[in-house]
Amino acid sequence: MLVWRIARHLLSIVATILLGGLLAATMARLAPGADVDERQLDPHLNAQSLQALHASREQERNIFAFYWHYLGNAAHGDLGISHSLDRPVAELLRDRVPVTMRLVVLGLGIAWAFAAALAFSTVILPGRAWDLFSTSLSGLFLCIPAAALALLAVILNVPVSLAIAVVVFPKIFRYVRNLLAKTYNMEHITTARAQGIGETRILLWHAIPVAAPQILALAGISVSLALGASIPVEALCGIPGIGQLAWQAALGRDLPLLVNLTLLVTLVTLLANSGADVIAHISRSQS
Amino acid sequence: MKTSRTIAWALLVAVTALSLGAPWIAPAGYAKQFRESPNAPPSRLHWLGTDELGRDRFARIVYGTRISLLLAPAAALISILLATLIGGLAGYFGGGWSRLAMGFTDLFLSLPWLFLLITVRALLPLNVSPLVSVLVTFVVLGLLGWAAAARVLCATARSLERSDFLLQARASGLSAFRTFFVHVVPNFKPVLFAQFWISIPVFILSEANLGILGLGVAEPLPSWGSLLKELESVFSLGDEPWKLAPLLLLVMVVTSFQLVLSSPEEAVA
Repeated sequence: MLVWRIARHLLSIVATILLGGLLAATMARLAPGADVDERQLDPHLNAQSLQALHASREQERNIFAFYWHYLGNAAHGDLGISHSLDRPVAELLRDRVPVTMRLVVLGLGIAWAFAAALAFSTVILPGRAWDLFSTSLSGLFLCIPAAALALLAVILNVPVSLAIAVVVFPKIFRYVRNLLAKTYNMEHITTARAQGIGETRILLWHAIPVAAPQILALAGISVSLALGASIPVEALCGIPGIGQLAWQAALGRDLPLLVNLTLLVTLVTLLANSGADVIAHISRSQS
Repeated sequence: MKTSRTIAWALLVAVTALSLGAPWIAPAGYAKQFRESPNAPPSRLHWLGTDELGRDRFARIVYGTRISLLLAPAAALISILLATLIGGLAGYFGGGWSRLAMGFTDLFLSLPWLFLLITVRALLPLNVSPLVSVLVTFVVLGLLGWAAAARVLCATARSLERSDFLLQARASGLSAFRTFFVHVVPNFKPVLFAQFWISIPVFILSEANLGILGLGVAEPLPSWGSLLKELESVFSLGDEPWKLAPLLLLVMVVTSFQLVLSSPEEAVA
């Protein structure tokens, strides 16, 4: 059953990624001005170079041919050359992925720690003042655009990962808070409290195991949220990561780079979601 | 609670009225340059000062509010229309079409919203007239924002599948499309209304993100996004706090939309 579930996930991931890449390639190819290459205006290029440039562009004219050719090369580790940055895409990704990964992991860590602590405290603390405060705080952060948060991070001179954390925090907090509130209303928690079991023990042994599948699903989604937030944050804060690269690729209409980034982002998002789903399934079947 | 919702409604009505009355409230207009006073601090003449080109910041905020606040519902309308067609029809017809449509929807949902939005917007022409840039920005928002609503509508259509009124409509020999548009779609009304209302703040925030990144509404037309771009030139919040006015207004309006949907007290309860 579990093997079948994993196989189904993998199949769906591969299909979605391939479709996502094709979608990105089609959009970039159909975009107005996609045929224009600024390098063709370079007076230093001779006729032969211009012809080679023209031939390379001609390959991209048929979107299916381009995509098929790309997939063939990608299977051998060749992800193509970025038009706008004039560097191999694989090299660019190698340089940039660790930067974004650090930023996203740190941002997610802060967001999860803060959201979980706040959600737990709102559930166990008596009175509604704290709950109202934390809900309002998350509501406020929810109302600020990610790009504005990035600019505020620059102005206030705080770590950039904090901007990502603030974008992701309210969504995590709201969900975890509601989930814990629902779980804490269950009879087995009331019984545990009546037996005098401490709050920490109740949380770790009685509440979290019940809420774990949903929390894991949220963990998967939060990766996608953090990746999305990394684009404006990296672009505006000058962080040389994947987000900034996506931004540059989009502005430069860099077809090879755009297709690779779409595939990468889709892959990471789907793997995070599927991983969370599979772990949740295992934890459900064990409980 | 009722009070916070009433305040939110009042604020939304006031801000909308303010933006609609822009020509009377800010007769100088959003593009007029006061060249003798660029980057001026707030004064009796310019309530929120002027920008680096000497344009009155208050006038630009009032006109920008009009664009952001009135076009976000238009984008929401486009996305809801698409969601009804894709999700509603998928749920109603079921089978292969449903699987295909929902697969496509999942693909849209699996990509981070901002990544998709920035990519598509950047692929469209950027050096267009200001008016066209407004249309392009909000149409792109509408065209890309349908996926989540489509999932909800697909589920709603599926739940109606075995309803008596649909059985009767089919038994009366009505065509599938007529049944869908005349009998199924009216039953979507509560869901459509909720999805439409939820989409508006999302699109306002998305436009703001695009605007700050320079992919939104083109100069000299103002929008909340393009006005927030001015934050790039702020070095300290204490030096020129009036530059935060568009951000404060945006936060207040988006918060009001959320309060209208559900007040924090209700969320707590």
